[in-house]
Amino acid sequence: MSLQIDEQVLEDHIYRLIVQTSTDLPNDVIRAIREARTHEVDGSPAKSVLGMLLQNVDVARENTTPVCQDTGTNIYHVHYPEGVSTLALRRNIERATIRATDDSILRPNAVDPVNGKNTGNNLGRENPFIHFEEWEDDRLEIRLMLKGGGCENVSTQYKLPDSDLEAGRDLNGVYKTVIDAVNNAQGLGCAPGIIGVGIGGDRATSHLTAKKQLFRQLDDTNPEPELAQMEKRLYKDLNSLGIGPMGFGGKTTVLGVKIGTAHRIPASYFVSIAYMCWAFRRHSLIIENGEVQYA
Amino acid sequence: MHKLELPVSEDKIRELRVGDEVTLTGTMITARDAAHKYLIEASPDFIRPYLENSLIYHCGPVVRKQDGQWEFVAAGPTTSIREEPYESTIIKNYQVRGIIGKGGMGEKTLSALHDYGAVYLHAIGGLASMLAQSVREVQDVFMLDEFGVPEAMWVIDVVDFPAVVTMDSHQNSLHTKVKKSSDQVAHRLIHPVA
Repeated sequence: MSLQIDEQVLEDHIYRLIVQTSTDLPNDVIRAIREARTHEVDGSPAKSVLGMLLQNVDVARENTTPVCQDTGTNIYHVHYPEGVSTLALRRNIERATIRATDDSILRPNAVDPVNGKNTGNNLGRENPFIHFEEWEDDRLEIRLMLKGGGCENVSTQYKLPDSDLEAGRDLNGVYKTVIDAVNNAQGLGCAPGIIGVGIGGDRATSHLTAKKQLFRQLDDTNPEPELAQMEKRLYKDLNSLGIGPMGFGGKTTVLGVKIGTAHRIPASYFVSIAYMCWAFRRHSLIIENGEVQYA
Repeated sequence: MHKLELPVSEDKIRELRVGDEVTLTGTMITARDAAHKYLIEASPDFIRPYLENSLIYHCGPVVRKQDGQWEFVAAGPTTSIREEPYESTIIKNYQVRGIIGKGGMGEKTLSALHDYGAVYLHAIGGLASMLAQSVREVQDVFMLDEFGVPEAMWVIDVVDFPAVVTMDSHQNSLHTKVKKSSDQVAHRLIHPVA
């Protein structure tokens, strides 16, 4: 299988994907912020903050400048057809990353933890992070999310049972961990947040499952009825916490809750919570028969 | 709306109360994780004039250089609480009149605001493109090679930079108030009465 697209063209498309992701928000997120704003009290800090967030997105789009200066960990989820080289994909992602950094679309964000040196070009061990999955489809899909440090720092993981929370190994136990995590985060993750939850797995796959949920559309419905119901319940109850935009108080603490699961071994029951900030930068591109589509 | 000019006096800062909206005009300096550690461990004297009666902005900007001149492209606040171990000492030793950041800070900083006459100003997280437009000029930059772009100390001139007072010099913190109330709701949801 070939993508019928040459390397330079592929690099250009990935570069465009990075520019779009850093400088504009997806439509479902903009709709959710607009909708949330209508529920806040006139003249409240919450309403004013949500208005400014929307204004900032307009400014970023018009000037092609980053929505947020923390252009974050660059997380790629790539689905590729049989026969496509992941080495070539990685090479093109890396080249596009260097260009986007040179053009001030990405902030240099890869720091060596031992000597403190910033590589200056966003390349480093595990940076950018690329998750590859081969699929039976003929299309190549590249999804990109830029996830800032503020919200990553309040993301967390629980191990059930948890005696402080009186949380057992069931969905009700999961519910309690999510309430606890979002309450602990307050405004620090740049509320209103979008909450990805991963239940099960080992420590690593549990976090991966949580992060994968963030690639879902905010207005989709979980195909598992029990999880769909839990997503709705958490959305309502988290918004009753009163933390509000930036933690200034208000009715909008989260814009969405998305839950996924992975099988666990009998001894472990992890719940991972991936907190995404309001500046929910995620876009994707699809290449099929040499045709490219952005979403 | 309070219009504050930098440098600013202690008296002016003590007039501010939690909830006040302010706009800032004048010269201030960015400092975040590496810079805070450096200010405490190396106590550099050259930096004093930039901190005295001015503000520290917790920010790691996206910048570009055009015709030899740096400019800010995106410059929202970063999370302030990471600087909690350092900030009270910095406020005291360098006579800083305030901190701009996001998420608020802890008890030690709140006490320092009270004891030395300073204020915590909350900028809106993620408002990077808009806030960069308030930064009219980059005057200078320190420790760029050592710390890299996000962590360097950028001396910037701002005009009408918007922020909200969320911790004042009278021991009030909006963050403590919101947390107290959300803790009660969370407790009821996690431990419902049977």
